[in-house]
Amino acid sequence: MAFMEFIPNLGRRTLRTVPNLGTASRFLLLSLFAVVNRHFSIQQLLKQVYGFGVRSLLLMMVAAFFTGMVLGFQGYYALVRFGATSALGTLVALSLLRELGPVLTALLFAGRAGSALTAEISSMKATEQLSAMEMMAVNPLAWVVAPRLWAGIIVVPILCVIFDLVGIFGGYLISVPVLGVDGGTFWAQMQSNVAFSGDILTGLFKALCFGLVVTWIAAWQGYAAQPTAEGVGNATTISVVTASLAVLGLDFILTAFLFT
Amino acid sequence: MEKRAIDWWVGIFVLLGIAALVVLALRVGNLSGFAYNDGYVLHADFSNVGSLKPRSPVKLGGVTIGEVTHIGMNPKTFMAKVTMRIEPKVKLPTDTGASIYTEGLLGEQYVSIQPGGMPQDLPPGGTITMTQSAVNIDQLIGQMVFSKASGK
Repeated sequence: MAFMEFIPNLGRRTLRTVPNLGTASRFLLLSLFAVVNRHFSIQQLLKQVYGFGVRSLLLMMVAAFFTGMVLGFQGYYALVRFGATSALGTLVALSLLRELGPVLTALLFAGRAGSALTAEISSMKATEQLSAMEMMAVNPLAWVVAPRLWAGIIVVPILCVIFDLVGIFGGYLISVPVLGVDGGTFWAQMQSNVAFSGDILTGLFKALCFGLVVTWIAAWQGYAAQPTAEGVGNATTISVVTASLAVLGLDFILTAFLFT
Repeated sequence: MEKRAIDWWVGIFVLLGIAALVVLALRVGNLSGFAYNDGYVLHADFSNVGSLKPRSPVKLGGVTIGEVTHIGMNPKTFMAKVTMRIEPKVKLPTDTGASIYTEGLLGEQYVSIQPGGMPQDLPPGGTITMTQSAVNIDQLIGQMVFSKASGK
């Protein structure tokens, strides 16, 4: 009976999830504070910033450019009915700065860097490299996990700022030269309605939270993966799915708190 | 990849991020709104400011000459007290008037200045006394409906 199985299954799942969450939180704190460990190396951190950030840059810029252009088009056709195309600059800038910039950056980051991170750590586990480190009295949290976590926290806000800027530029290119909105109005309306701390910095704060959550989930999924070929594959899938859902859910909570 | 090359790329990446933030702050956000910081302050009492907000423009003949910095309440007269910052090169006579208008039908509200003809200028911190409040569209519609109904 499928229904009779449901309730014990629910209990079993809860009993499995709650301690897992606790272990994952402990893992996060231990890794974050591993920067004081002597096995934490700045060189490793820079290498990860390069891998996560510099190599995702082109993807982010292309995605941002097209997002901005689509926003310009859709916003124009929605606003032109009310003769309110002067608000197009505000619409493009606020949508990008508050929501689309941080969220899309985090989602792309989860797909581009998070999956690679999970696959890397879980195959290190499957080939027993993590155990080998422990044997040599090297803390794998400090040597492997901490540089990646901090790289995620540093990189995502920077990518988000670049995403915002390129997106707004894309929106401008469609609105002003193509659709014929007045350029002065576009920028002036944007400037008078966008607040530096209220919109730009809160957007970046969101990006920072997303960076932490995505790299945390990716690193943890890799660290807790089954040490088999199948386990590596499963962990990578779960990592991207969980990180994407977590970003969307967290975005709702952060928006409710930050923009009241 | 060589170690030094990675350092260079990461440095460029971080600089790019900082540059993007500066451009956003100056071009998109209103951090560049220091233009009227050296201006002088004028007050005006209105009986109703409508949806006027701080940072709303102050215009003379359609040209922006300042901005609203603060809106408060005068507890003695129960009038809304609007504080504005005006460009220092614009000197206004003492019999200057101020009104609150709306840009277009549903646009933003702004303070419009009508200069008078007196030889003396308003001193910094002075008050404009001749004011005309914001037009309340709801009230206008109400009046129109009422006058139509009573006209029959």
